[in-house]
Amino acid sequence: MRNDERSHLIKFLEKGLRFDGRKLDEFRPITVEYGVSKNAEGSSRVKFGDTELFAGVKMSVEKPYPDTPGQGNLMVGVELSPMSSPDFETGPPSPVAVELARVVDRGIRESKAIDTQKLCLTVGEKVWMVAIDIVTVNADGGLIDASALAALAAIKDAKFPSYDGLKLDYNNHTDEPLPILKRPIAVTVYKVGRHFIIDPTGEEEEVVDARLTVTSFDGKLCALQKGDLTPLSLEDVESMVSLGLMKAKELARHL
Amino acid sequence: MKTRPDGRKFDELRPISAKAGIVKNADGSAMFKIGDTIAYAAVYGPRELYPKFLQDPTKGILRCRYNMMPFSGAGERVKPGPSRRSTEISMVTEKALLPVLNLEDFPNAVVDVFIDLPQTDAGTRCAGICAASIALADAGLWMREMVSSVSVGKVNEDILVDLTYEEESAEGEVADIPVAYLPKSGRVSLLQMDGEISKDELVKALELGRQASLQIYEVQKQTLLDKYRGESNEE
Amino acid sequence: MGLLVNDKQIVIPGEDLASGMDFLPSHGTFRDGEHIVAAKLGISSVDNRIIRIIPLSGKYMPKAGDNIVGRVVDVTINGWRLDINSAYSAMLSVKDATSEFIARGADLTKYFNFGDYILTGIINVTSQNLVDVSMKGPGLRQLGEGRIIHVNPYKVPRIIGKQGSMVTMVKDATSCRITVGQNGVVWIQGLPEDELVAVDAIRKIEQESHIPGLTERMKEYLDRRKRKVDSNENKA
Repeated sequence: MRNDERSHLIKFLEKGLRFDGRKLDEFRPITVEYGVSKNAEGSSRVKFGDTELFAGVKMSVEKPYPDTPGQGNLMVGVELSPMSSPDFETGPPSPVAVELARVVDRGIRESKAIDTQKLCLTVGEKVWMVAIDIVTVNADGGLIDASALAALAAIKDAKFPSYDGLKLDYNNHTDEPLPILKRPIAVTVYKVGRHFIIDPTGEEEEVVDARLTVTSFDGKLCALQKGDLTPLSLEDVESMVSLGLMKAKELARHL
Repeated sequence: MKTRPDGRKFDELRPISAKAGIVKNADGSAMFKIGDTIAYAAVYGPRELYPKFLQDPTKGILRCRYNMMPFSGAGERVKPGPSRRSTEISMVTEKALLPVLNLEDFPNAVVDVFIDLPQTDAGTRCAGICAASIALADAGLWMREMVSSVSVGKVNEDILVDLTYEEESAEGEVADIPVAYLPKSGRVSLLQMDGEISKDELVKALELGRQASLQIYEVQKQTLLDKYRGESNEE
Repeated sequence: MGLLVNDKQIVIPGEDLASGMDFLPSHGTFRDGEHIVAAKLGISSVDNRIIRIIPLSGKYMPKAGDNIVGRVVDVTINGWRLDINSAYSAMLSVKDATSEFIARGADLTKYFNFGDYILTGIINVTSQNLVDVSMKGPGLRQLGEGRIIHVNPYKVPRIIGKQGSMVTMVKDATSCRITVGQNGVVWIQGLPEDELVAVDAIRKIEQESHIPGLTERMKEYLDRRKRKVDSNENKA
């Protein structure tokens, strides 16, 4: 039946339609809200259709990693809450959640979205740690793009907590935003038969052949991730990257 | 008259809002916000329970999972995954809800309740229980009555309902008492306390909480009616 | 003394429905001393002296005689296990699947494979909620390529309509084949543009079933959507 559903979707795609009536390269309605969690240094809630998730930033002062003594630390975590889908289970992060976190992490890290040198307080001793956590509330496909957008919205919303060189005061935030240099946008392009689609619903996502997450800023690529089983031809990759770059501009407007 | 740091009277709850049906994938769900504490609850089930050794052939079981989102707490990041604190709260939440349920029609099955908090300011287990109770009713489960939960306590000389984080962490003699009330029968299905309080003060606090729980019950009822409003005008 | 709610009023668990001994508790209610109390979210229904709750939500409860749509999730030595959108899965045994002779040890996936959707009839539900289904009955069959959507099982009677009038109207307007399982699983097959109209129509019935004038409203809705599809096709 998986094949039946796939060939059924392909019949729709042949006519330029999706299971919910959208065009192949059309996002679902997207909303981005800021400042949704007051204890976080920054936070956001993002919806892509029925997919909904939170992202929040917590900051702390830590020791730098030995190989980057003059740079702040960055961490991205994703929790696929069992609340958000009957298929998600309680327990340690699944490989899917880990991949998702790493794809979002790489987009932010490799684009140098945050100027990590400005997060250094004392070289080799004290730097700011920026932890971005994403938690799903309702999962209906398209989690990678929604997570990456939510992470970016949360760091955009973030303000440093007060720090006097010894103690952090989470009750008092400064007006100082995070030093953001770039805005990496992830657009995942999915291949079904000979068609390319973006932002699938959960129903569509079950029958796609392959996916390629294209993360870019200002038209430049900064991270890629191919997923699912079917190998891609080089022509496929080129088409998917083109579509990903083009749609990133559209997604960036939601920030 | 003396008031509290946020201007409330001693027996006054923080502003409450709630909504049912917020998680589309779930069989029942609700958001419950009291002051700055926000709880989401989703119910899945009854559904098949695996591994099989967890099954009870005489009735369905209830499983609750309480989880603060990592960025939701005052102070440091909350590490994801279960902690001793969240494990205990999950367990007492289960015990607070179970007395109103009847899962005898669902042998070997499970009802899962997932509570996630995106923002917290004290009273999180109570808010979670309030949200879960709405979500269980929304999921169409057999319930003897709702469960309405609120914290009561003592801050120095004053007996209060619905303490904030600021009040909980005040200097001096403080008691924090989360309570889950069964609003109709007036019984209590969750009762914990830490701090210092005399027996007479405890009795007074529990009575104050009982009055407050009735207001919470009214909000829970309206929330469910709002979701299903109009369904009674059958053609 | 007497009724404490109106007939057809929405009530929530724990609400008193009646006091005194003049009324009898039925589905979704229980007696607590003097009172009859609601144990479910739903609509109160008073029939003579009997009070019950018509539920508005919840998992499908299997009952013998219902025709339901199931999905093959396991193939065992003597049959198929089906997910039926309920708390429990159902079992379709070889002898209830076909009158054809199937040799012991034959590859059962040749008949129904993982993920296949089947319209079956419930023949028995045990006290432990083991559900047995059969394919012997009019219209029971494997459902081919198509779209599956899930609806609230308590809305199924409205989607089907009196003597099937509502679903027939949607079928006729959209030229789609539609099978509505009592368990809230709906199978739809047609041309893409038509299927989109059929899915939207079923969702609209599900959402607006309580607003009077549903049949008329659906007729207008389907006419309007159909005209739009036709004019788009002419343009193409």
